[in-house]
Amino acid sequence: MATEQKNFSYRLWRYDGAPGELIPLLQSAQDHFGYIPRRAISYISSVTGIPESEIYGVITFYSQFRLRPMGKYVIRACAGTACHVSGAKMITETIEDEIGVGVGDTSEDGLFTLQTVACIGCCSLAPVVMVNDDTHGSLNPASTRKLIRRIAREAKKSGEAKPAEAKTTEPQSE
Amino acid sequence: MKKIIVGMGTCGLSAGAQAVYDRLEQLAAEHPDRCELHITGCIGMCFREPLVEINDGKSRVIYGGVNPKSAEQIMTSHVLNDQRVEDGNLVYVIEEDGATGGEEATYLDLQERIVLRNCGNIDPESIDEYLAAGGYEGARKALLDMTPEQIIDEVKASGLRGRGGAGFPTGLKWSFAAGYDGEQKYVVCNADEGDPGAFMDRSVLEGDPHAVLEGMIICARAIGGTFGYIYCRAEYPLAIKRLEIALAAAREKGYLGKNIMGSGFDFDMKVKQGAGAFVCGEETALFASIEGQRGMPRIRPPFPAEAGLWQKPTNNNNVETYANIPWIISQGSGQYAKYGTEKSKGTKVFALAGRVLKGGLAEVPMGTTIEQLVFNIGGGIKEGGTFKAVQMGGPSGGCIPSDQKTIPVDFETIPKTGAIMGSGGMVVMDQTTCMVEIARFFLEFTQSESCGKCTFCRIGTLRMLEILERLVHGEGCEEDIQKLEELSVRIKEASLCGLGQTAPNPVQTTLRYYRHEYEAHIRDHKCPAGSCQALVDFFIDGEKCNGCTVCARNCPVEAISGLKKETHVIDTDVCVKCGKCLTSCSFDAIFTQ
Repeated sequence: MATEQKNFSYRLWRYDGAPGELIPLLQSAQDHFGYIPRRAISYISSVTGIPESEIYGVITFYSQFRLRPMGKYVIRACAGTACHVSGAKMITETIEDEIGVGVGDTSEDGLFTLQTVACIGCCSLAPVVMVNDDTHGSLNPASTRKLIRRIAREAKKSGEAKPAEAKTTEPQSE
Repeated sequence: MKKIIVGMGTCGLSAGAQAVYDRLEQLAAEHPDRCELHITGCIGMCFREPLVEINDGKSRVIYGGVNPKSAEQIMTSHVLNDQRVEDGNLVYVIEEDGATGGEEATYLDLQERIVLRNCGNIDPESIDEYLAAGGYEGARKALLDMTPEQIIDEVKASGLRGRGGAGFPTGLKWSFAAGYDGEQKYVVCNADEGDPGAFMDRSVLEGDPHAVLEGMIICARAIGGTFGYIYCRAEYPLAIKRLEIALAAAREKGYLGKNIMGSGFDFDMKVKQGAGAFVCGEETALFASIEGQRGMPRIRPPFPAEAGLWQKPTNNNNVETYANIPWIISQGSGQYAKYGTEKSKGTKVFALAGRVLKGGLAEVPMGTTIEQLVFNIGGGIKEGGTFKAVQMGGPSGGCIPSDQKTIPVDFETIPKTGAIMGSGGMVVMDQTTCMVEIARFFLEFTQSESCGKCTFCRIGTLRMLEILERLVHGEGCEEDIQKLEELSVRIKEASLCGLGQTAPNPVQTTLRYYRHEYEAHIRDHKCPAGSCQALVDFFIDGEKCNGCTVCARNCPVEAISGLKKETHVIDTDVCVKCGKCLTSCSFDAIFTQ
């Protein structure tokens, strides 16, 4: 975390007015905070002179940027064509049902955030789901449910669910 | 000394290549005098990953579906005792005399690899291996022995056309950019591969990043470019990492920077990460994104050759296009033009995915038929299904039905079917794919990716999506087809960029070839493919159901009955087809018909 923090503030400090730096700045802010908090928008605006409204416009245009914190495990369900014809919709619905929230949201316990992604690029393993950096392929509803439950169980065992629970109140301020 | 080479592209890694690599690393450390461990990119056989190659300097043996356990066996038997492991996972073999064998020999032998010449053959993180494979020879020739005009003429003579989708002649494009003067001129590489179902650019970037760099250096020389940008999707972290490694190595060896190879020519480039917007594949939107703005296209003219990035003359090509260039320059345009058809020269990489048995990358000469790709190389349809259609060009493309499988794939023939060449994604569909639903799927994609600038694209696609949603729910009416056709024409006419101009293609082609499926949805409230959830009935497989009662408890309308530990039954008259039972069953016992 410490090095990432340096990255974001370093980038801001280094900003020399070169055009085209806004998106890299937002990317490093997101790397650092896990999402783009309100105050990061203010920082960036004050340093670059780009109006906050314009920065907000850029953030909401690109699907990579998030204005809310993420869960401990980010589930990216592939919605590419190959996965789609292999039943990806059913997999996404299963996950929604299992974690209790829809696409784009974070579960109550702060463990899971569900997103869909256009194509992960391992079409031969379709349907595919990525949990953080691990890819799980050739899924069906039953194996998907097992996968999510296993991760939740392991997370609860190591006590990861608890600190994240405190986070759930935070998005209200956004 | 044997080389052990593990395929570490994204496809390999998702299949578990890292665990195999880690295990082999431990094992290889015990015998440092007998073997050395290397990595490589994707060779294209994604369906057999993780792949491990044993190269003894004479023959190459590739094993597929390797796991840490079978890696041990390969190590003890093949590496240490020269005994090949013949257990059914010997996918490809090249003997000392050049003869090939192995289970998947046809998959590679039927290909002509120019773009993928190094993918799966060299370590993408080592510039020395690229150099040993003839790397930067094209750049050397272009910078030291050729004038910019000669380079452009050579590219023109090769007949190379843009591989990003539109197929514009590359040499001609370069000559436009060369024709404008400017202190700053940019060379941009579009690596924002957005089409779901296409992954060849990712494979090239991960497997042979220097080829793209070299292509861009040659382009810069030809048009007088001063700086380059590679605009790469943030979803491709491995590609970005390998590009950065390649850039650093190229700078160190003097292929980038001041006075490249003593030619007096200066050029450098950097990687820009995209932030997830499909419309940024459109070049003017891509420039806006590099400039740090919302990625929205603008009106052309002025064309990028005159005023592109930062309003300076700019040349923009796709990854695959650039990867062709070094080969064309070093081998000569005549060699390249030998491949392909009269108007579409060279080779093209296709990404086979969907219901095809062997999903992966295949590079074939232009003009190869769909049948050859899907059946001879791809091995036909999964699970014994029937070939129904192939979808080309992603959300901008269209479906080509199975009865046209003998048409050659090139820039002239494909557009006649209503589809487009696109970047080369080929999603194969079988009898279980509903064409109305697939049109809805693509419309949903383009609708959410529309940047919102043009009214017809922004609102028209939403109206079309609403109609298609109605159809797949069996709530369509007779006028819907006509409305779809009318909207398609209007959106195409009134959109500024490629996204809107092609967004109705999936609907138009499915209407053209599968109108009866639309009609069945409207008139009979039936889905002929049995895939639209609202139009099928749900059943429980008595063999698999063990009476756990989960489905009955989850059913919102109490349509499921049955005693504990006994097979449950769904009352299809009560069932509202929400699919809750299907997704809640842990035993895969619910099926639809």
